[in-house]
Amino acid sequence: MPKVKVPRKSTMVDMTAMTDVAFLLLTFFMLATKFKPDEPIIVDTPSSVSEIVLPEQDVMIISVDANGRVFFGIDGQYNREGLISKMSALKGVAFSEEEKKQFSLVDQFGMPFNQLKQYLTLSADQRTNFNKTSAGIPIDSLNNELGDWIWQARLTNNNIRVAIKGDMDTQYPVVKRIIKVVQEKNVNRFNFITSMEADPRKTGSE
Amino acid sequence: MADIEGGGGGGHKKGGKPRGKKMSTRVDFTPMVDLGFLLITFFMLTTSMSKPKTMEINMPVKPDKPPTEEEQTKFPKDRAVTLILGPKGNIFYYEGLPDNLSFQTTNFGKDGIRKYLLQRNKAIHDKCTSLRKEFQEGKINEEEYKKGIKEAKSDKTGPLILIKPSDQSIYKNMIDILDEMQICDIGVFAVVELNDIEKQAVEAASPTQP
Repeated sequence: MPKVKVPRKSTMVDMTAMTDVAFLLLTFFMLATKFKPDEPIIVDTPSSVSEIVLPEQDVMIISVDANGRVFFGIDGQYNREGLISKMSALKGVAFSEEEKKQFSLVDQFGMPFNQLKQYLTLSADQRTNFNKTSAGIPIDSLNNELGDWIWQARLTNNNIRVAIKGDMDTQYPVVKRIIKVVQEKNVNRFNFITSMEADPRKTGSE
Repeated sequence: MADIEGGGGGGHKKGGKPRGKKMSTRVDFTPMVDLGFLLITFFMLTTSMSKPKTMEINMPVKPDKPPTEEEQTKFPKDRAVTLILGPKGNIFYYEGLPDNLSFQTTNFGKDGIRKYLLQRNKAIHDKCTSLRKEFQEGKINEEEYKKGIKEAKSDKTGPLILIKPSDQSIYKNMIDILDEMQICDIGVFAVVELNDIEKQAVEAASPTQP
């Protein structure tokens, strides 16, 4: 250290600690999170105090947006491949291996079965556009495709659980119909996906 | 590290006379930290934590068709409370059977349905609250806590809630009422269909539907 008194104060700060913290946080986020899947529809789930966590595997998600359009999603590529094979057998429509592969990469879809093949040929941008105006999966009693998907999914994987993800503003009759369809397919235990809310019992603010 | 000690030493800038090839090797790392924080922000916003934020309600639904009128009369009348979810978040409720069409209106606010349910379910709710406190203080373990809650909720004097969402209600209303069931520690509740009298009453009570 020079003994000469420096007239000007040093304004440089040792940033070592700051850099360490920054990179630690960065590493944490890179490892502990995964990118939010590009959802075809926007669903704002209502909140609830329930703290049960949705299982990651073997779960089928039936999403309904505010307009009542129904989308169906199932996790696991092996599940999806099995599902599409069964559905193609059921509907008598042949799917090539390539198309099945394409299907197994699709997270969530919502269109009548006859539009599915065409959807698989679209590019990512075209798919996003398609999904904006898609009619969703038919649930009316004349053409209960949702029931078919649920049943075939259960045949593909016995342990699969049903989760319903509804938008806050979805009209109740649609939800009622979906619950009825699910019950018709012999599923009596299912879950509603909600976002988190503070439990007034635990915070003591009743 | 905003600077690395080079040959220059600390802080003097008195280089008036050119002193040969003594170059300062001070590197300012501030931009690197900025970049680091930018990347953190990016990841914070575009990713989601894999598990914690997803919640669900487990709702076991009755497998058979809803009870017929005869079966409904077998329900202990003094325990039955019916909550009809109307439009715009209104709740119409009455106790016992729908003999008369008089029911009270409330909403989802703090002074609304929760107040009524807590009052109606006071005995069970108090038991559950004390159990929860004991569990949080560590006096009882998880197994005893769960068993205690289950026993408290199966108390035969508690209210029996029938939730009847009308066609004018929205999904959020149903989730909120199921939430209230959990918050107020209601032991027995079921989601059932409205009967005709109730449907008419809801229509009559909500004339300004678009």
